[in-house]
This record gives sequence, structure tokens and C-alpha cells, in this order.
Amino acid sequence: MSKGNAIGLFFLGIFVIFFPQIVTDNYILTVGIFIGINALVAMGLSILMGYAGQISLGQAGFYGLGAYVSAILSLKFGLPVPISVFISILTASLIAVILAIPSLRLKGHYLAVATLGFGEIIHIILNEWGPGGPSGFGDIPPFSIFGYTLRSTVEYFYLIWMFIILAMTFSLNLIHSLTGKALRAIHDSELASVTLGINITKLKIKVFVLSSIYASLAGALYAHYVTFLSPSGFSLFYSILILMVVVIGGMTNIWGAIAGAIIITILPEILRGFKEIDILIYGLILTFCLLFMRKGIVPLFIEIWEKRIKK
Amino acid sequence: MTLFLQFLFAGLTTGSVYALVGIGFNIIYNSTSIINLAQGEFVVLGGLMMWFFLHSLQLPFSVSLCLTLLTAAIIGLIQERLTIKPLLKKGDLLLMIMVTIAFSILIRGILMFKFGKDPYTYAPFTEGEPIEIFGAIITQQTLWVIGITALCIVLLYLFFNKTMTGRAMKACSLDMKAARLMGINVSKVVMLSFLISAVIGAIGGIAITPISLMEYDKGAMLSVKGFCAAIMGGLGKSRGAVVGGFTLGMLESLTAGYIHSGLKDAIALLIMLFILFVKPAGIFGKTEILRLRKF
Repeated sequence: MSKGNAIGLFFLGIFVIFFPQIVTDNYILTVGIFIGINALVAMGLSILMGYAGQISLGQAGFYGLGAYVSAILSLKFGLPVPISVFISILTASLIAVILAIPSLRLKGHYLAVATLGFGEIIHIILNEWGPGGPSGFGDIPPFSIFGYTLRSTVEYFYLIWMFIILAMTFSLNLIHSLTGKALRAIHDSELASVTLGINITKLKIKVFVLSSIYASLAGALYAHYVTFLSPSGFSLFYSILILMVVVIGGMTNIWGAIAGAIIITILPEILRGFKEIDILIYGLILTFCLLFMRKGIVPLFIEIWEKRIKK
Repeated sequence: MTLFLQFLFAGLTTGSVYALVGIGFNIIYNSTSIINLAQGEFVVLGGLMMWFFLHSLQLPFSVSLCLTLLTAAIIGLIQERLTIKPLLKKGDLLLMIMVTIAFSILIRGILMFKFGKDPYTYAPFTEGEPIEIFGAIITQQTLWVIGITALCIVLLYLFFNKTMTGRAMKACSLDMKAARLMGINVSKVVMLSFLISAVIGAIGGIAITPISLMEYDKGAMLSVKGFCAAIMGGLGKSRGAVVGGFTLGMLESLTAGYIHSGLKDAIALLIMLFILFVKPAGIFGKTEILRLRKF
């Protein structure tokens, strides 16, 4: 991990610890929790897109899988929540492996379309066979560990952001390891990486599985926080929303996942009065970013910052 | 037997639309190697704009038809000029996939703003008694849908094989560099391919709306199914998209009829995943050719 990232993580940690002490408003903390959940899903996609050069349109599928598996295991089978969360992550990553092996052997569009298909299948399954069908189900046990049950918004804020910092640390270490360098080589030129002896398929599969782990963990945390699930939150639109988070934040830097998540999570809160045009606004923002701001916010800021220092 | 026939005809109807979307995918794929994930939105656009001209503006049928096709063509052009042309040169596949998704959300957003979340429909093209074949009831609109699809296929065949412009487009799909060296204006070919695909999608939408209602958010699923039709027959092969579309439509309606109606959409996706994993080149395609493509 580079020095800048270590400092960044340190400040993020401090900020997370003191934020709920300063801001006690429950509404803002709830928004903060959702920023964290979206950032966690986006972090996985960001590594997949920015470092492995692959795109997934099925993150909502893993997110939904994580939420539903953990919720059902803890509610219907009475498993302790940490174990049900763990099993849900295991399930998602297993499915990710099955999905990745054939589609990553192929070039280009195939992972995009395969993941899109996968995400929609999960959505249909949740609609048809999920408890409560399209209207969903409640009474999911809250998160508890070692006999202590988390109940307040502040506790969930800490829980979720603790996972973000852990995931951030892990991801930053990964990116700056040899694996990360190999990944970046894949993104720049697959052919050159192969000639250098990098097993690109295996690496891509690993990253894809990692992205599914982040998404399913976020889903499981969401389920135990909200304690109510319905399939509508796990549709293709959520996958696209996460894609937007990554694009806006900047996919070549994982800090972009957090920056993008802040924007995309707060946006609907601001747009609350304009329910009819929200999709249009999302479309405009995404198109604009792809045409004129391809790098994303975080890399753009770093560039400006570095130019300033040189002056 | 009667029931089976009934399902079969229902499958042929929806299959027609999948075939049209699939052909649209192929035309664009051939000229640019891009999968235009906004393809399904043009079907929705066709249906909803037709309703708008027919019922909101009270225009006669033929005028509405022309205006709807014109709207689709213009939006197809806007998509190509605004989002595809500036980015195509970069050769970044990830970017191209994302920008087509962005445009599809844009269209969906506009449609939702204009039409809201309600489903829309209008009267069938011709009034008249349904036809009975071995006890299965077939409405006249069904025949219209299948007939129009067949007509589109024939016209496209003639266009790509008999006209100079069509042959230039075909040349581009075979080898873009060689085509450019032969003096073919590749940029124009790309533009034309987006225009044609948009119009074909809109035609499908116009024809199917009297049978199955049209609403703003149907586009994503139509794109996926059209893509499924296209890869079933092998990406880039128009003959394949037609076979794929009809097969998919029939499988879907048989699943809905005999197994469970909620599984209707899942079956298309499962077929798609199966083909991607087992024979990504499709029924008519060759895997070797797939490896040679840029993307």
C-alpha cells in the first residue's frame, strides 16, 4: 500500500469514528449506512472493471443472493447471524466461480451478457419462490454477535463502515501486490500479459469472485439492518446503479467507489420531489460522465492536485 | 393438440419481435463489433410513439406510422452521432458497452417522463374475425406481426445483397480495413446500421403493441431476449437471428403454457447462459471466426 492510501485510510477511520458523535441525526446516519452498503458493492465492481478490464451487469444478483440466503438461513433455520452471513457469501462466491469459468474464457461482451442474464434469473427466482413472492418478507433477525444484538442506527453505521475499511485495506493491498500489477497489465494489454506468463483467466476469475464476495456481504448486512426484504431492490436497475457509482467515482481508483456511492446515494434523496424524471436524470448523468468525464471524480481530483503541487 | 397449436402461434408472435431485435443487434455488431444494449428500447419507443401519434394527436394510421418510424430513425441517428462516433475510435470495449447502457437508460427515462408507468395499447391494424386452424384461434394482428417480420427479412435480404449501399455494408462486416481501402465510407456505414436497427426495432414495437401491451420499462428484457436470439443463431448472422428468435419465442410460450408462467423469462436467460457456456458461436457460427473478432 502506498503512503497516500495509508494516510487516506487513517483519515477515513478517524472520520468514521467521530462522524456519529458529531452528527446525531438518525436520517443522516441512515443515509450514511446506505452509502456504505453501495460503496461495498461498488468496490468489487471497481476492481473488476478498473483492474481486470471486465464488466459485470449482475452485481444485483450477488447482492440479492447474499441478502436472501442470509435472511432465510437465520429466520427459517435459526442459524446465528454471523454464520448465515458467512454461508451466504460462500454461496455467492461458488456461483461466481461457476459463472466465471466459462464466460471469462471468452473475450469481450460475454461476461457482460452472462452476468446480466444471471442477475435477471436471480431476480425472477426471488420473485417467484422467495418468501412472500413479489411483496417480500419481514422479521429478519437483526445482526448479533457473541450474544450482543445490534439495534441502533449508530451501531449499524459502525458495523458497516468497519467492513468498508477492512475491504478497503484488503483491496488496496491486493492492488499494490504482484497480483494487482498483473491485473493492471491485463487491463492494458491481454496479449502482452499472456506473453509475460500471466495466467489471465485465473486472475480474472479471482477478481470476479472477490467482487461477488463484496456484493453478497453488502447484501447480507443490508438484510439484517433493514430486517425486511422484497425482490424489487435487486433488479437490473441496481446493477446499473452500481455501475454508475463506479463510473462517476472513477474505476481506476477504488476510492472512487466511496466517492461515487456518496453521490449516487444522496442524489435520490435530493430528487425526492421529482419521481417522474429520476431515471432520465440518471441517464443524463451516466451519458455525460462517459462522454466528457471518463476518468471519474477521484482520478480527476488527484490529477488537479498533482498539477498544483508541481506549480 | 389445439392447446399446443395455440401456444405455438403465441410463440411465433413474440418470437417475431425477438427476431427483429436480434437482426438489429446483428446489423450493428457487423459494422462496429458493438452489442447495442439499447436495441430493445427502440421496440418500446415504436409502440409508445405510435400510441402517441394515433391517440394523443389523433393522426391517421399511415401518417402515425411514418412519423413513428421517422422518430425512431432520428433517435438511432442521435445515438450513433452523439455517443458511438466519438468513442468508437478509442477501441475500448468496456466503454462501448457502458455507453449503450447509458443511452438505453436515457431513452427509458424520456419515455417514463412522457408516458408514465401505465401500459399502452391501440386497436389492431385490421378489424375482423379471428381465423381458426385446427381449433386454435389466431387473431388477425398475429398474422400482421408474422407477415411484417417476414417482409422485413425479405427487404433486408434484398438490401444487403442487391443494392450498392447494402453490399458496401456487408463488405464492412467482412473486413473493415479492406472495405475502407476500397473507398467505402465506413463512418456512413456505421451511421446507417444504427438507423436501420432503430427502424427495425420500432417496426416490431408498432406491430406487437395491439397484442401485448407496451410500457416504458420493457426494453431491457427485450434487449436480453433479442441478444439471446442473436447468439442462438450465431452473432452477426441474420439468418441465425430469425431462427433463434422464433425458437426462443416458441420455447417461452410452451414453458409458460405447460410449466409455469413466471418461468417464461427465466427460460430465455437459461438458454442464453447455456449457449454462452457450451457453444458461444451459436448454431450457424464458427468458433474460429469468433476468435478473430476485434472484441
